[in-house]
Amino acid sequence: MTIPMEQGILLSAILFSIGLTGLLIRRNVIFMLMSVEVMLNSAGMAFIVAGSAWNLADGQVMFIFILSMAAAEVSVGLALIIQLYKKFKTTDTDKASTMNG
Amino acid sequence: MNILFYIAGLCSIIATAKMIACKNAVHALLYLIASLLSVSVIFFILGAPFIAALEVVIYAGAIMVLFVFVIMMLNVSSEGIKEERLLLKAKTWIGPSIISTILFLEMIYMLLHQSFHPMVVKQLAPLAVGELMFTKYTVVVELAIFLLTAGIIGAYHLGEKEKTTLHRYLKKEELIV
Repeated sequence: MTIPMEQGILLSAILFSIGLTGLLIRRNVIFMLMSVEVMLNSAGMAFIVAGSAWNLADGQVMFIFILSMAAAEVSVGLALIIQLYKKFKTTDTDKASTMNG
Repeated sequence: MNILFYIAGLCSIIATAKMIACKNAVHALLYLIASLLSVSVIFFILGAPFIAALEVVIYAGAIMVLFVFVIMMLNVSSEGIKEERLLLKAKTWIGPSIISTILFLEMIYMLLHQSFHPMVVKQLAPLAVGELMFTKYTVVVELAIFLLTAGIIGAYHLGEKEKTTLHRYLKKEELIV
């Protein structure tokens, strides 16, 4: 089976654009974090496609690093969301624009 | 095998698009899990079975369970969904969507106006990945360990409960919003 490399990169570009659009249009901080997850995942997919195009394992190693980075980012981000909800009783990012305490 | 790639790709695109348009947080999360599972199928087709397994176990398993717990803790009610509907007006999303569509079209143009590079997909065993990780990329593995440690400490620190003050004179003033 031969899949052109461009189509794999194109799929990851489409997913990245959808994630970016979600990050820009949503104001609920949970949805923004989910969109960031989609974007990280699509960036990892680009690494996998490139790695399998040149038949090297480096792309897969990079994906593992992206995965660990995403896990750390989500744990800190969700703790921040809980703090935000405790302070402002909402997950709307516009409400958290006062920047005090 | 080619047709499987296209079906899985279409599934992931549809699921991700539904995810960003969904009002209910739990429904959006289910769509996100479907998208991650179809991406994992794509990884399997591209000859990375180890990564496909990691995607299911860590992304769709661990990280999404964290999301579910937090959404349960925040207790998103029907009022929240109504509020979302008010926030998601055409005026708010048309501008950013146009800009990201332009960027996306530029990317398509760049990708399609060059000679195609056919991939002959071969399965790469997990052995090669592990070997490379602990020989060539040892420093990066250690950096990832630092990052995860910082993540654990940060999540613990941020998620901590406020300490109860024993005397009323020691109490700080409440933040008024």
